[in-house]
Amino acid sequence: MSSAAVFRDGAAVRVKAHFQPGHVRTPFYIKGKTGWVERCYGEFRNPESLGHSGDGLPRVRLYLVGFRQQDVWDGYDAGSKDTVFVDIFEHWLEPAAGAGT
Amino acid sequence: MKRTHDMGGDTDAGPIDRTEHAMDDWEVLADALNQVLGVKGIKCTDETRRAREDMDSEAYLSLSYYERWIASLETILVEKGLMTREEVDRKVAELEERWGEP
Amino acid sequence: MAHEHEPGEEHEAGPRHELSHWAKRAYAMRDILIEKGVVTEADIRQQAEFTESKTPANGARLVALSWTDPEFKARFMADPKKVCAEMGIDASTLNEFVILENTDKLRHMVVCTLCSCYPRPILGRPPDWYKSFNYRKRAVNDPRGVMREFGLDLPDDVEVRVHDSTADMRYLVIPARPPGTGNLSVEELEKLVTRDSMIGVMDALAAVPE
Repeated sequence: MSSAAVFRDGAAVRVKAHFQPGHVRTPFYIKGKTGWVERCYGEFRNPESLGHSGDGLPRVRLYLVGFRQQDVWDGYDAGSKDTVFVDIFEHWLEPAAGAGT
Repeated sequence: MKRTHDMGGDTDAGPIDRTEHAMDDWEVLADALNQVLGVKGIKCTDETRRAREDMDSEAYLSLSYYERWIASLETILVEKGLMTREEVDRKVAELEERWGEP
Repeated sequence: MAHEHEPGEEHEAGPRHELSHWAKRAYAMRDILIEKGVVTEADIRQQAEFTESKTPANGARLVALSWTDPEFKARFMADPKKVCAEMGIDASTLNEFVILENTDKLRHMVVCTLCSCYPRPILGRPPDWYKSFNYRKRAVNDPRGVMREFGLDLPDDVEVRVHDSTADMRYLVIPARPPGTGNLSVEELEKLVTRDSMIGVMDALAAVPE
């Protein structure tokens, strides 16, 4: 990895809620939600460039981010411990107050 | 703004149909074409994804899985200058004649 | 297996002139790409054969070995692509491969809400239900309802962890080893590991199918 990850394991993060035109891999339902960094997977070519026939460079860091289902969906009452984990690129994350756990 | 392909959590979903369909020859072809063009570095997965995401909502929802693949592959191959839509139209007409289209 | 037909020949789905608009365009695009020398017929046939050779049996073997050999499981979870290569399973087209282990208290379930990302080099083509709009919509906000449809009703104290595979990672679930299978061989255990159990929507089978 070319430089240290911005977010350490366990860091509370919020997914940016903005709309970005074109090809993105951040699902709508997770935008604006707060969770925690489970781990950093390393750096990968940027799909937002690849999708538009770019070279995907510079590579971007990808994180596995965990969310409590009750923090994602209003009225999620099926299992209080349930979680959803999403792979999110670093530029879609911002620091959040408090741990998502 | 949420786009059609970005459907996680949509609340209009029903039961999951677990019926498997046997693949038609053209679907095997669509699958293989898509893969082989990727292996050869002629197009990448994110490009065809983007072409599918850009489909209008009605087309995305009404086309079958491999129809979406073929439609998006055509978009990308045309975009890259490897063929034109008119060439594909002409080739379809030629094939229809060979296949005995009434 | 992909079969090449002579023009005009009847094929399984009916006469070719009755094919849908996009199916016809698939054949047209194939012919144009071959005429222009971009691909050959052999390239296409070999790719189809390669894909057909990938079946859930690959994953079942990896899971059964993980159940019986803790050292294998540790290595497989630490470096799954390397272990696949050692076993002669070509996972080179997978960007990254991540193994998720189910326990009594943690259940994983894999989806791709944006398209149909799936560990194809290991499990083959995804099943139709995995690609369906209803699965893509419900897996993230109603995973327990989905599992119930597959015959699995989990207590509240189990964590259901959905993985939405939206990027470069491809996920495979190691289901829990069914109880009472201590005397089974690896080959017998493989038969218990269904494709759907490696996606995480159901358990491994409890008994060897007849």
